[in-house]
This record gives sequence, C-alpha cells and structure tokens, in this order.
Amino acid sequence: MNVGLFVPCYIDAFFPEVGIATLELLEKLGCSVAYPVDQTCCGQPMANSGCQDDAAGAEAHFVDCFKDFDTVVGPSASCVNHVRYNLDAIDQTPATRKVRTITRELIEFLHDDLKVTAFPWATFQHKVGLHNSCSAVRKLGHVRPSELVYQPHFSKTEDLLKHVQGVELIEIDRPDDCCGFGGSFCVTDEAVSAKMGYDRVQDFHRHGAEYIASADMSCLLHLKGVIDRLKLPMKVIHLAQIFNGGPL
Amino acid sequence: MTRAVDPEGRAERFIALEEHEATHDRLVWGMRQHRDQAVAAVPEWEELRELASQIKEHTLTHLDQYLEQFEQNATKLGTQVHWARDAEEHNAVVYDVLHGHGVKSLIKSKSMLQEECGLTPYLQRRGIEVTESDLGERIQQLSNEPPSHIVVPAIHKLRSDVAELFAKELGTDPKNSDPHYLTESMRNNARPRFLKADAGMTGANFAVAETGGFVVCTNEGNADIGASVPPLHIASIGIEKLVPRVRDLAVFIRMLSRSALGAPITQYTSHFHGPRRGGELHVVLVDNKRSERLGSPDFWHVLKCIRCGACMNTCPVYRRGGGLSYGATYSGPIGVILDPGFDLRKYRELPFHSSLCGSCTEVCPVKIDISEQIYTWRRVVIGNGLLTITKRVGMTALGTTLAHPTLFHAAESLGETTLKILPRAVLYNPLNPWGKHREMPTVPRQTFRHWYLENRRKL
Repeated sequence: MNVGLFVPCYIDAFFPEVGIATLELLEKLGCSVAYPVDQTCCGQPMANSGCQDDAAGAEAHFVDCFKDFDTVVGPSASCVNHVRYNLDAIDQTPATRKVRTITRELIEFLHDDLKVTAFPWATFQHKVGLHNSCSAVRKLGHVRPSELVYQPHFSKTEDLLKHVQGVELIEIDRPDDCCGFGGSFCVTDEAVSAKMGYDRVQDFHRHGAEYIASADMSCLLHLKGVIDRLKLPMKVIHLAQIFNGGPL
Repeated sequence: MTRAVDPEGRAERFIALEEHEATHDRLVWGMRQHRDQAVAAVPEWEELRELASQIKEHTLTHLDQYLEQFEQNATKLGTQVHWARDAEEHNAVVYDVLHGHGVKSLIKSKSMLQEECGLTPYLQRRGIEVTESDLGERIQQLSNEPPSHIVVPAIHKLRSDVAELFAKELGTDPKNSDPHYLTESMRNNARPRFLKADAGMTGANFAVAETGGFVVCTNEGNADIGASVPPLHIASIGIEKLVPRVRDLAVFIRMLSRSALGAPITQYTSHFHGPRRGGELHVVLVDNKRSERLGSPDFWHVLKCIRCGACMNTCPVYRRGGGLSYGATYSGPIGVILDPGFDLRKYRELPFHSSLCGSCTEVCPVKIDISEQIYTWRRVVIGNGLLTITKRVGMTALGTTLAHPTLFHAAESLGETTLKILPRAVLYNPLNPWGKHREMPTVPRQTFRHWYLENRRKL
C-alpha cells in the first residue's frame, strides 16, 4: 500500500523518534511509505483557537502536500481529528475533500485497515498505563468513552497492545479524564491545565505505571513536562515506538 | 467596552485554595461516578437520549403552537399567564403581582431563570424581603455569590466555610461543622420565614402544553412548602421548558436526576395544575433571548437543555476551576455556550476556558453538541474581533509560519538553538506560562525531517 506519512509539527520538532518508529513500523507491515518533506502542520493550533483565517494557509498547504496519495497516515489522533472533521478554513475542493477522507490515524490504520494481529519483532517488559487522548476516545473511537457505560466495552489500543510481548497494562481511576493539554489552552489556562496534568500523572503513578503510552504525543509533551518537574520515575512513550520495538 | 470576565485568573485563585479544589474535584467527580452507575443500569439509555432529543427538537421547532396551547390550558385551570420578553419585563411582571397583593416577604425555591433575570436584587431594591429556601441556594444568598453549580449551588464551599457563614448569619457555633447541626440550624431559621411569607416563587423544570400544568423537581421539598403555605404562587418558566404531552415527561423524569446526581428520581417531583383553593397561581413565560437563540443554526440546540448539570460534573476544567470562575449565571460547559449569547463581550473568554475534551457532549442526556458549540463560539469571538490581543497576534504569527515550510523549518532550527543555550532562569520566566508548573521539552539532536533527509531521501 502506498502511504503518505504525516508527521505532525511538534513530533517533527520535539519527538523525531516517534516519526522514525511510525515510518519503520509501516514499512515492516509492508507499506510503501513516502514522507513529503515540505509538510508543516494541519492547521489545528490556529483553528482550535477560533482563528479560521490564520488556519487557512496551513490547511491549504497540508492538502497540497498530500493530495496525490491513496492513504495518509499520521501518528496523532488529535491532528487526524482536525483533518477529518474540522479542516474547513479553506474551500472544500475535490482535493480537500479527498485528503480529509483518506487521512488515517495510526491506531485505526493498524487495527481497522491492516488488521494487524502480531508485532513479532516487539517486546516491551514494562507496566504501561494507557493515555487515550480525548480525540482518540471521543472523536475517532479508539475506545468506548467512559461516559457511554451502557455500551459494551472495546479498546482498539488494548487489542493491539495484546500483540506485544511483555506489556503489562495497568488500570487507573479515571481512564479517560482529559490530561489538560488542549492546545493553546495549556498556556492560556495555565493553572487549570497544569492541575489537570498533575492529577493525570499522579493517577498513573499511584497505580505503578512505568510508562504512560499514548497515540498522541501532544498530550505526552505536556505530561512529560509534569513528570520531569515532579521528578517521578515514569516515562512517556508513543504507541508507535512500542509496536515498532523502538527507537526510544 | 464591557469588561470581560477572567475565568482563567479566577480559576487559578480557586486552585490555589488547595483543599477547596481537591474537595470540589472529588465531590463533583463523585456525582459523575454516581451518574455512570445509575445510567449503566438503564440498558435503553441511548434510546432515551435520542427520544429526549427528538421531543425537544420537535417542541422547539413548533414552539409557537405549544406555547399558545399551554397558555390556553393553563388559563382554563385558573392559572394567570403572563408573557415577558426579557429579564426586565419578567421582573416587572413579578413585582406588579407581588405589589398588587401587598407582599412584603417572599420565599422562593431555586430557579436558574430568576438568577438569570437578577430577580432577587430587583425585588430587594423595592423593599421586598426575599429568602432562598434551597439550602445551597440560601448559603449562596447569604454569601452574596451566584450559584456555582446548577444543581448543587454551594458545592465549592467546605463544611468549615458554611460553619463560619452560619456563625455570622445565624449565630451558630463557628467550630461546629457537623452537617446535621448546620442543616438543623438552617431549618430552624427557615421555618418561620416559610410561615410568614406572603408569597412563594418557584421555577419549573417542565411545562406541559396539553394540560397547562408544570413540574418542579427538588430534593428538599422546599418548593412545595413555598408554593403551598402562602396564598400566592408565582412560577417563572423559560419558554424552552415546554413539552407537548404528559407522557413525554416520563422520558425526562427518568433522565434528569440520574444525569444530575445518579439518583433514579428527584425526592420531590411536584405537578402544579392551577391554583389551589383560595389561592392564586401566576405563570410568567420568559423569552429573554431564547427566541433569538432559536434562530441561530449553530446554537439553537442549546435550548434542549434540561439543566441537569451532568456536563459540569464531568468537565475537567469546571472541576478544577470551580463554578464561580465563569463569573456568570451559568457555569461549566453549558455556561460556556449559554453565557456568550447573553453578552458576547463580557463572556468572550469563556469559550477558551475549555480543553475541548468532549466529555460534556457524551454525558448530555438530550444530546446537545456542547463541545462542538464551544469550538464554534471560539470562531464567533474571533470573528467579532474580540480575542485578547496577545492570543490573536500569536495565532497570526503561528499561522503564517505553518503555512510556509521554509519559515517553519527556520523557526524549528531557531527553537532548537534557543532551547539549548538559554539558561534556566531565562527559560522559566514569568512570561512563559508553560514553565510555571512544567519542564520544557528537551530538544532532540535533529528534527524528524533532518533525519529523513539524511537517512531516507532518495535523490
């Protein structure tokens, strides 16, 4: 399968290892992957702040970078959510509509499209706490949201992690409470954002997690900032790194 | 220009009261957990949500008919029906009725609509003594604060706060914060007020078009005494409270208290059909910008709200920052989407007091797309040029950078260097909100793009 690799801007700048893991993983699974080197950002930071005019340039550029692919895969539920449901600062041309339809988030691509049932190359002998981001839970449907208690439980992320040898999943008190990152919210509403982050991190720590794993590096950027400030013996890791067996 | 409320600053001050914040978060999250348990026991919950949503949408899209039907049937029952275009008219109508009856003292049960209209100060200025009869609401009245929660108005207070307040206001022992003691003291203080009141006021949770009756749900029974002891009962009802038929109530009554507190039903679900013998019943139907909202394609769904407070209980921002941080009648996610409709300038910051986690949308029993409306309100604020200048300038620069690969990659390199060479004291300055409670990210040796160009680019 011919895949365009979408590496969100903060992953490019701060977590190149997540981009590398995603690329290598997709290749191991038989995809032919190309990375358009001119890509920047999907436009979400501006659009989430209500600044449609400021988002339009990035959105148009995003469409331009990816319009010739059959499938686009990105390791970020939050960014894929933006592309799929909110990329409307620009004209909805056939190219825009196409890009919005073909853009897949890594977990759903592995679980729903490739139907992966084994990561034979991966082992991860650690206690892992899963941080499913709000976009992953409530927009892309990786997991049954905790609010919908009356519906049967499912978790695509857990299903996939079962195929990695050694992973011991721990449970926490508030499985999908928001971590408080929230884009520009993390600086404009600093006190609330930080408190949410502290509570989230302590929930994982209390239950013995060695790693907080997520499909969203933006949440983890924030949670890592908290872990480092509190000097807790925990690390953050993107799920792509676990599935690929590194790099860490 | 109207001064905007500052929810972020207010929230920061509440969080600084560590015990208050921790207790508030625990109690409010507890209500969400009770809601989960109650809802899990109703296998047809999703079906109920859909039904509730459809009944409300149907009613709202035929509101003129149902309002007239309600007026007709209520009048037949002997209820005197008044119409109020806005808060001012509502207050004036209420005052006229009270004044006409020589009312000096009024006992009222909790009503968000009356809060919205600023009724209590209006009446007090005109010499009428107003007593809130809901315990939490009375605490708020004595504190000179608006309710911080739709259902549990004083949830942001500790028992010790209440002990202190009652000591000052009722003369109780300031060191005794036993809830039974405090409740009993307030009961003893309130009883004589019930008995001497010349009139009682309530809100309404639902008004039924086919009967002309209305329903008030409480857990303390205070609305019932207030409506039954004095000879005059006035109910304020927002026009969006209509349902067509009695049978429709069954859907909402099943959902209201389960969503709010996790209880199958409120302790008291009282139906009022006309005045009782020898008494008078007045109903004031209030618009106050509701019909304007009904005409808004993006925001009319908010009128489905049944004021259960489930969105507040689940909201991570509300739980941390407390209800008073919103500086408005309605707090929490529902407040974020209601308040700007009353005064966009004043409440322009509220849509940004949200992490957009989306949990509110999922718990809403009438399927209001709360989170999506918050997102859309942000666009409205920006579209009206109302975003604070710092936020706006930042976004324009970011947008320009991210629209141009060369600018973006230059900025990345600059960031790499800056983060590496700046001393800690400069990096963690007061102008860097990130660094107040969090470490900055470490900067990798190279960006992914550089790695890719070095390792993979086939030229």
